[in-house]
Parts: sequence; C-alpha cells; structure tokens
Amino acid sequence: MEEYFAGKYDVAVVGAGHAGVEAALAAARLGVKTCIFTLNLDKIANMPCNPSIGGTAKGHLVREIDALGGEMGKAADKMMIQSRMLNLGKGPAVHSLRAQEDRAYYHLLMKKTLEQQENLDIKQAEIVEVRPDGKGGVLGVMTHLGAFYEVPNVIICTGTYLKGIIYVGDRKWESGPDASSPAKPLSDSLEKLGIKLRRFKTGTPARVLRNSIDYDKLEIQHGDEHIVPFSFETKGELKNKVDCWIGYTNEDTHEVIRKNIDRSPLYSGKIEGIGPRYCPSIEDKVMRFPDKIRHQFFVEPMGLDTEEMYLSGLSSSLPEDVQVAIYRSIKGLEHVSIMRNAYAIEYDCCDSLDLRPTLEFMQVKGLFGAGQFNGTSGYEEAAAQGLLAGVNAARRVLGKEEIVLERSNSYIGTLIDDLCTKGVLDPYRMMTSRSEYRLVLRQDNADMRLTPLGREIGLISDERWESFLEKRRLRDEELERVKTSSVRMSPELDAVLIEKGTAPLNEGTKVSELLKRPQITYADLAPFDTNRPELPEDVIEQVEIEIKYEGYIRKQLAQVEQMHRLEEKKIPEDIDYKSIHGLRLEAIEKLNRVRPMNIGQASRISGVSPADVSVLLIYLQK
Amino acid sequence: MSTIAAISTPLSASGLGVIRISGEEAVAVGEKMFRPFKGGKELHTLAGYSCAYGRVFDAEGDIDEAVATVFIAPKSYTGENTVEFSCHGSPALLKRVLRAALDAGAGLAGPGEFTKRALLNGKLTLTQAEAVMDMISAKSASAGKAALAMRDGALYRKIRSVTEKLTELETHLAAWSDYPEEDVEELSDEHLETVLNETETVLKRLMDTYDAGKVIREGATTVIAGKPNVGKSTLMNLISGRDRSIVTEIAGTTRDVVEESVLVGDIPIRLLDTAGLRDTEDTVERIGVDMANTEIERCDVVIAVFDSSRPFDETDFELIEKLKGRPAVAVINKSDLELQADVDAVHAGFENVVTISARKGDGEEEFRKALASVLKTADLDPAEPVMANERQLDCVRRAKKAIDEALDAVAFGMTLDAVGICIETSLDALYELTGEKASDAVIEKVFEKFCVGK
Repeated sequence: MEEYFAGKYDVAVVGAGHAGVEAALAAARLGVKTCIFTLNLDKIANMPCNPSIGGTAKGHLVREIDALGGEMGKAADKMMIQSRMLNLGKGPAVHSLRAQEDRAYYHLLMKKTLEQQENLDIKQAEIVEVRPDGKGGVLGVMTHLGAFYEVPNVIICTGTYLKGIIYVGDRKWESGPDASSPAKPLSDSLEKLGIKLRRFKTGTPARVLRNSIDYDKLEIQHGDEHIVPFSFETKGELKNKVDCWIGYTNEDTHEVIRKNIDRSPLYSGKIEGIGPRYCPSIEDKVMRFPDKIRHQFFVEPMGLDTEEMYLSGLSSSLPEDVQVAIYRSIKGLEHVSIMRNAYAIEYDCCDSLDLRPTLEFMQVKGLFGAGQFNGTSGYEEAAAQGLLAGVNAARRVLGKEEIVLERSNSYIGTLIDDLCTKGVLDPYRMMTSRSEYRLVLRQDNADMRLTPLGREIGLISDERWESFLEKRRLRDEELERVKTSSVRMSPELDAVLIEKGTAPLNEGTKVSELLKRPQITYADLAPFDTNRPELPEDVIEQVEIEIKYEGYIRKQLAQVEQMHRLEEKKIPEDIDYKSIHGLRLEAIEKLNRVRPMNIGQASRISGVSPADVSVLLIYLQK
Repeated sequence: MSTIAAISTPLSASGLGVIRISGEEAVAVGEKMFRPFKGGKELHTLAGYSCAYGRVFDAEGDIDEAVATVFIAPKSYTGENTVEFSCHGSPALLKRVLRAALDAGAGLAGPGEFTKRALLNGKLTLTQAEAVMDMISAKSASAGKAALAMRDGALYRKIRSVTEKLTELETHLAAWSDYPEEDVEELSDEHLETVLNETETVLKRLMDTYDAGKVIREGATTVIAGKPNVGKSTLMNLISGRDRSIVTEIAGTTRDVVEESVLVGDIPIRLLDTAGLRDTEDTVERIGVDMANTEIERCDVVIAVFDSSRPFDETDFELIEKLKGRPAVAVINKSDLELQADVDAVHAGFENVVTISARKGDGEEEFRKALASVLKTADLDPAEPVMANERQLDCVRRAKKAIDEALDAVAFGMTLDAVGICIETSLDALYELTGEKASDAVIEKVFEKFCVGK
C-alpha cells in the first residue's frame, strides 16, 4: 500500500469506546497533542450492551473516575433517565449507584465533548499498524488508507472489535458489535510487536419493541425518589424519566432451551473464546442451575427517543427462531417483537500479565492497552483504565513520573492490580468482594480518596478543588465536633432510643457514642444535638459512616498502612531474578512473568511466598 | 507497622534466652507482661538503652525473672521501638513468655521479619543482610516441606472444614451484595451466628489442645525429684516396668541422671531420675545434685516425691517452694508405712497430689491419671488434630479473634459488610496457616454456586 506522512502527535488513541474517550480526554487535557481514531464516528461512546452505567462496584469505579477528573460520571448524570442506589441496608461498603442512560444522547454528548476538547483531533479511520521504532518503542501508526502518523505513545482501546466474530446459532460472521465493521489487520501488527493475543467472548440480549410487551404481567421498578449523582460536580436535583420492569422465566422457557441446547454455538464447541462467568447467557443459567425454577430479568428502555427496550438477563447465542421461542414463553413477552436479536461476540484481547500497572506494555515502550482489549468487561472498567492509560501516556510525553493507583486507595487500583498481578482467565468484572479494603474504598468518599491525586495530575479545576477543600474541611470539623460535644440525658431522648430498639442513657454522652449505635442515625439526634451546624447531605453521610464504622475502618487502615510500606519499596525494572540467591524456582518464574513494580505487588503474586519476599527485600537493600 | 514478637535466641537449653518485641506498641505490649521489682521503673518511663529488672508474667502467673531492655526508635536493631526480655534459657519457659507477648497484643514475627524491618528502616548493613539471607532461605525450604506434609494431615482437614464453611458464608454475602438484581436470599442472623459459633468452637479447641498436642508429638520431659531415698528410683521402675534405676537403701545412690523413655497412656515421656537433692560434701554426688537442679529447671513436668514415713525437712519445703506455679505432680510415697510427715504442706503446695506406695504398686493408676492431667492430655483424643508450632497457633489465634469480632458485629446489629470484613480477615489467617492464598477463593465460588449475571 502506498503510504504518506500525515502528521505528528504525542499520543494516539485507537478506538473511541468508553476506554478510548477517557484516554483521549485525559491526555489532551494534560496538554499533549492527541488524536483519537475510530472506525465510525457515529459509534463514539456507544453502549452495545446494556443502556446503563454503574451497578455494584461499577458505580464505585464511576465515582472514582469522576474524583480523578474523568468524564464518565458527568456524562452519565446528564443523560440519566432513571437512577437507583443499590444495596441500601446492606452497609455503606456495598452501596452502589446504577443509572439507566439514554444511549443515543450519551453517544452524542461524548462525541461533542471530544470535538470541543482542545489539543484533540478526532479521525474516522482504521488503524492497521503500530510501527516500532527499532529501539523498543513506537514510531507511529498507519491507517487503512495509508496515512502514517508519527506518534511515540499509542493506547489500544479496541474493545470487542479486534477480529470480532458474531455468533447466532450455527451462523457466524465477521463483525464488530452493533453491526459495525471489525478491525482485522491490527491484530497481526500487535503480534509482530510481541503482544500475545487470545480470544474472549461476551454476549448481549435482544432489543425489543416497547409496545409488544404486556407490562401488566411484569413488576414495575421505579427509580429512587432522591437521586445521588455520579459526579461530585453535578449540582441540582436529578429526575427520573422512565421506569423499568422485572419479569421471570418459567419451566416452559427452560424446556425450550434444553430442547435446543445442541444448537448453541457454545455448547457445540464452535466458540473457542472464553466467556465471562458473571454474565452468563440464559441458556448457560438454565443448564448450569437445573434446580432453579425461574430466572429474573429486567426490561430497560434504551432511551427517550426510541421504542427499543433491552432485556437484561436474557442474553443468548441460540438461533434466532429459538430466541423468539424463548422470549415468547415468558409471561408478559408472549407477543414480543424482536428488533435486534441476541448474539455472542468473540474478539482478540491481550494477556493482561503483559501490562505494567501503568497499563503500558512491558514489551513495547509507549504502547498502552485499556478496556476490553485488556481482558475486562463493562463500560466502567474500560473507562477507568482509559483514564489511567491516558494520564500515563501524557506524563510520559511530559517527562513526569508515572501514576500507579494502589489497591488500598481505589477500586481502579484494585482492578489494574488484579489484571497485572493475577491475570485474568475470563472477562473481568469489578465486584465489591474483590477489594479487601472495601470499608475504606466506599463510593461516598471517592473524592476524599482520589481528588487530591486528580489535582496533582492536573485534571481538577481550581473551582472544583476549592469546593473539595471546603467539603473536606466541613467533614473534618464535624467529625471533630461529634467526638467532643455531648448530648444530655432527657426523657425525650430516651424515648427515641427505646423506640429505635436501643438502650436508654445512664448519663450524658458524646454524640459520636450514640452515632456508633447501628440503630441510631445522625438525623435521629437532631433535636438533642443542639449546636449542630447546617451541613450538606454528602458531608453528613460521610461523618455518619466514619463514626459508625470507626473501629472497622481503623483496622482496615492499619492493613492499608502495612501494604503501603511494602508498595513503597520499588523493584528496579532491570532486576535479574535468576541471579538472586535464595529465591525458589517457582518464585523466579512468576516474578519474571509479572515483573512487579514493587514489593507489595510481588507479595500478591500466587507462587511467591513470604520467604521469597524477604529474600527480595534483602537483595534490594544492596 | 504492627508490633511483632519472637524468641530471638536458639531454642535450646541455655543460660539465657531473649524474647524480642518490636513495633510501635512494643513498650505497651511489654508493659502488659512485665512487673518491675519494688522501686524499679515502669517500662514506659525508661529512656532508650536502659533496663529494668523484674518478673514476666501471663494470665496464669509469674513466668520468670527477667531483665527488660528498652530501645526507642530509631535506635534499635529493627529501627522501631523494641523491648527485649532476657530470661532463663529454657525452651518451654521462653515459649510461654512469647505467648504472653502474643496475648498482650503482639503478632508473631515471621521468618526473618525483624531483619526485614531492620532493612526497611535502613538499620542493616550489606554484610549483615547477606549473613541473614542464608538463614532465611534455609527456613523457607524447611517451611515448604512442612507445608507439604501438612496437606494430608488431620490439622489441614480440620482447618479446611472451617475455611470451607467460612468461604461459603463469605460467598453468600458476596453474591448477595454484588448481585442485588438477582434474587439471592439474605443470610439470617441465626444462620450466621450458628456457623460463626461452630467455627469459634473449633478454633478454640485447637488453641486449647496446642500444649497437649505438643506433648503428644514431642513427648514431655519429666523429672523425678526429691530428697535422697524417698523412693524416686522405685517410682521410676514402677512406671517403666524395669529395674533401670538402681534401688538401694543408701541415700545418694543415683548420682547421675538416669533417663528412660516410657509411655504413660499414649503419651511418650522422657523420664529422668535424678540424684536426691541434699547438701553433700561428696564431689561426685554434688555434681549429680547440680545436674538434678538443672533438669528440674528445664523440664516440662516435675514429679516431686515425698516420703511420708519421715517428718519433712528443709529440703522438702525448698522443693515445694521451688515448684510453685510449675506443672508438677506431687507424690506422697510410702503409704504402706506409718504416716510421720505433715502432708498438708504438700497438699497446699500442689494442685495434683497422689498418695502411693511405689514399692507395693498401690495408687499407680491415680498417679498416671494425675500425670495425664498435668500434661493436659487427659481429655485429648490422640487422633485429634493439633497444631505443630507457634506460627500455626498465631494464625488460629488471629482467625478466632476475627470470628469473635464478626459475632460481636452481628450481635451489635452492624450491617453485613462489616461482618463480611471480619470473616475475610479470619479466612486470610487460616489460609496463611495452610499456606494457600485466599484472594480469589470467594469469587470463584460465587460463580460456581450462584446463578448471577445480567
């Protein structure tokens, strides 16, 4: 192919999904010349699966992205059509925000945000080659039309597009998600650079016509009365605009599936890619859990200007006629009209153990990976990685120290550490149970944990910073106040205490002591806590949680501190594990594969014992 | 960093042994287990590099006299606050002092952990670091073998039964909170408490059987002590069933230490017959008496023999005094002869007293029972799993503490996220014991056991 020199950039982002968008915005906002390439401008920030953002642990990720100065939370607040805080009553560690989004407008908003961003060019083009510079780094990228861009930092955010193949029953064809073109030549180019690729798969349910559903046979699900926004910047009250519905499969549904299971490409072995365990197709659920008499699903609107509805929980790769039979066996869906059928998609992704915790590949300097290409799943996981990869690519240009998020300060850090240290065998979804520090890493305090870092990186505006400092001041002062001011004994207070099912007082006590009782809320004490200042709700929430869970939080912070000390011990990049006397063979192999950045990371590798860690520590002292 | 403790001198009988406690809370921990002699200074009032003389103690009472040396960070081996207790060098005694430190809030130091901290705090030079390196790798090799052997053992199965139950709980909690959109049932407090209580019972039993287990595994060194000619050798012969010790009418016949390995029930015992305790001019016998005293100092259990056919004298009372607070069985011998001694003193001085006639074999059964009870093995089934070392004990101790906290959280009405964190902490400690990594066990199980996902 004839090629021509098309220009120079500092950072190129390949793919404009949720990872690519955050990566490009972060890099451009940090002042480096950035270009984002996409196969189709009309697919920027597309949601090819569920029309929602957040959920358990994913909601945490969005708030962390926002706390660091990313875009997803702000956009999700603007295009939110229904919002719920999940897990209220299960404890603050697992409170998670989830919002239904207007898919089309979310795309348009993100496209415009990119277009209006300084230092950022947007190009519809397929990148077919990442060219090495012969010195271990990247020279540039080339498009399918032969345009060569000189760019030393490239972030691969190809999602499910890379050598994408869609499966529906015994039919399969090359395709990206939502009937888009796949990206093919880039795979070979990456493999030439030494990046190992493998096949993962995922699936999505059908979209159906709104008025073909009998809503009387489904349970309605409203949004929260009072909506908490994702973004710490969003001001003003948000309003729900739609409802969702809940339905159930039944024995007839399961019978249809069992009868036709041999027509599934997964069960007949046609798909070699490894699917996500947490996101099983309906046939998977029925076959793996034969005792379950029904499976729950949700009907979710795709947006305000469309009649398409998403059937969350009913993904499938069975043939179209079977899909119709499955859906129509369900109460409420007897006459359902499918607009887009369910399908499974298989794609190339990297082995995340090749990544450093900065999301740069170990094999090639300046080559980064983010999102589904790294073996994760979900828009939020993708966006989180995109943000960090964008920041690190920019900092590489600016000659600044790279940023690594820790397990102990964020779910983003936990996610990336899991990718780089443990590796993944199937598409990785974030869960609250993946964080050992989850009482500290709550969604309510994401700003307290990460905004100072976001400010240091340069993604937090002066105005936002001021308002953060003010919030932190209010929180700290109120924490101090409740620990020092007292409530007096009174018959009225005792009446409240008894009514709430807790013991009356023998003597006056500190406000904080009463707040520690699980039965008593901050609001309950309002009439008795007389010198209480007027405070914003989010400040009160944090004060209440910090006091109520103080003992547990303190224990977690002690664990954090211990891990932190180990993470401060850096391991030089050129370390030769084989030459270290005293390391066991298995440890040498594992350490060589993962190439941990510090002792803390090394200690988490399975196959590296505490004794190996001691040996490493001693070696490092030399 | 957390505060850790370990025995820092080799575990063999020697003149002195040192327990080192290092970390921010070292002085506070030391204070909880050390009482200075009258007029002495409390540990927290001491400046760095200074000492106090007093007694180390635990819940059961005084353990030993000790010199406590306080080091204030950064001027110590590890660079942290450090307290070192110099005690007498008996392994049993040092282990007890260590456990007092663990009870007082210290964690058990891992292999090379003091050195690791010294390195972290920049206290160790290159040469020193290299010197400890070989030691650490040697330890890891043997630890690896131990872990391998454990996998098939009864203890491993026992711990496994606990971790499986806890993992099941944790898995349920994870599915319940991570998949609110699925109809995963909430765990009832009753179920939670039942499982947690069962777990607590198992862990508590493991801790209780630790001492007995050690005796069963390693045997107990048991010294027969007493004045000359009270019937020590006769008693030894009775227990071992052989005329191993020379039994004569002449006081001072046993001049060296006679050793015999016997089984009392299922318990292996290294039985040591010693020279009679008395002041003597005979040089050879004198050496024997000194050896006897040494053995009494360092053995696990003493069988103190008294002759009830003669009035007690100074040596008898000295023996009663010497053995106060030590694991011992008092044997009032010669019940076949007329009672001439005031045996109340013996009853007052010992918890376990049996009256026998070693010559006739009367009271042998009672004696064996009393010995088993002192060794704490009386109610232990030999097939029952027991822990092998202090490291395992430390893991189980931490696991149990976390379960207690989980139970408190449930009782207090805390949300289940707090309960879950406690269960996870307990699981981590138990996985550390078995040498496995806990990290992903729960998540694996969520997908295996629950039908969750969009």
